[in-house]
Amino acid sequence: MSLVSASGLQVALGGRVVLEDISLHVDAGEIVTLLGPNGSGKTTLLRALLGAVHATDGTVERKTDLVVGYVPQRLAIDPTLPLTVARFLDLPERADRARKGAVVARVGIEGLERRAMTELSGGQFQRALLARALLSEPHLLMLDEPTQGLDQAGEAAFYELIDEVRHETGCGVLMVSHDLHVVMRASDRVICLNRRICCEGAPAQVASMPAYHALFGRGTEGALALYPHRHHGVREGAA
Amino acid sequence: MLDDFLVRATLAGIGVALAAAPLGCFVVWRRMAYFGDATAHAAILGVALALAFQVSVFAGVMIVSLLMAATVALLSGRSFAMDTLLGVLAHSALAFGLVAMSFLPNVRMDLMGYLFGDILAVGRQDLLVIWAGAAVVVGLLWLRWSRLLTATLNPDLAFAGGVHPRTEQFLLTVGLAIVVAVALKVVGALLIASLLIIPAATARPFARDPETMAALAVLVAIIATTGGLQAALMFDTPTGPTIVAVAAILFAMSTTAAACRRAL
Repeated sequence: MSLVSASGLQVALGGRVVLEDISLHVDAGEIVTLLGPNGSGKTTLLRALLGAVHATDGTVERKTDLVVGYVPQRLAIDPTLPLTVARFLDLPERADRARKGAVVARVGIEGLERRAMTELSGGQFQRALLARALLSEPHLLMLDEPTQGLDQAGEAAFYELIDEVRHETGCGVLMVSHDLHVVMRASDRVICLNRRICCEGAPAQVASMPAYHALFGRGTEGALALYPHRHHGVREGAA
Repeated sequence: MLDDFLVRATLAGIGVALAAAPLGCFVVWRRMAYFGDATAHAAILGVALALAFQVSVFAGVMIVSLLMAATVALLSGRSFAMDTLLGVLAHSALAFGLVAMSFLPNVRMDLMGYLFGDILAVGRQDLLVIWAGAAVVVGLLWLRWSRLLTATLNPDLAFAGGVHPRTEQFLLTVGLAIVVAVALKVVGALLIASLLIIPAATARPFARDPETMAALAVLVAIIATTGGLQAALMFDTPTGPTIVAVAAILFAMSTTAAACRRAL
């Protein structure tokens, strides 16, 4: 059985339909990326799969006792709320000390435990979010634009880390991105979203689909042609 | 010991401080200051209705405060901004409460007490209600601290962790109604929100994590209530406003100290 699946999902926010006829599933051990332009409903879809927004039609099914590690797109910490990294990692449940140490080292934020969350750089902040998500030993990682604030090298390292975690723990990964390039290399399956699912499949397959080009424009073609052969040092204007 | 009115007043003040300060932290973190104010102002309407229907003032205030909270929840996100909505509801509840009270000629004498508190008149029965209410609020916060904190931080994060943000929001609202009901006697409807917000705001510059902030806020609130009580006796000033004035002075000292520390 899939970790999470949706069938014929429709979601309306404030009377406006933002997601329509969505059917998808995420299995253990695979990395699935949701790709789509701004406002295409990516975050809403994640929230619907979490149960944070209700479906107006269709169904969402989660495996019984599914543990989700969630990295939200934005986490605005009110300046009146004092929160160190160590305390943040203990939400919602206190984590085992040794395990916390291991995860902190794993994501590369050692020595920052006593810092306030608001004092972290963008990259450190994203890593702290990931560390917290990993501490719950999730069956499913849901990452909403997890590489914001990371430079290209940091981004590549981040996806490598996700890949390692997936292999070690066998968890499924569902992430959201509007970044076409790096993400394509890091995923097993890509789902292109624009209110409804436009196309889906293995990255190389999707990259050649007309619907994909219709969604992201002609400008992406050059970059995508490069995609299978891309190595370090190649820069595109779109990044 | 409880025969002494000053002992009863001190214990009442401490009881309210214990519940109001940590709950006040959530009010500050969630930016619910206006919401607290609206709930507190609704208390006057609760008092009027309780007296009219001859039920306990505590129950009347609880019910009206909860109704106020439900109304706010229902109307929020519609055509008005939250602060506009709360401004309308808070003052309307206060106005209707005052109008309703004028229909009850025999309670008009107590109005100042309900508006500004009358801690020196706290009886054994009141003390029991205050400490029972405070115990419920403190127990609620203690048991659900981490969940409340997660829901406050981010609703989606809470959902993913199996915490329902709406449930936590509801529990905070109930806690708020209880604090309003028990603090009414101590500082009065007009000043209750200050006991929620000022201790938390005073504690903020000296806290690195939420637990420290809550503990410091309790300390500040206890100093403010007991110190305010003593000051009111010394200078023969009204107790409720004096308690809030002491809290405000502590806030000014804390903010100044924090500014100095940053400058060094």
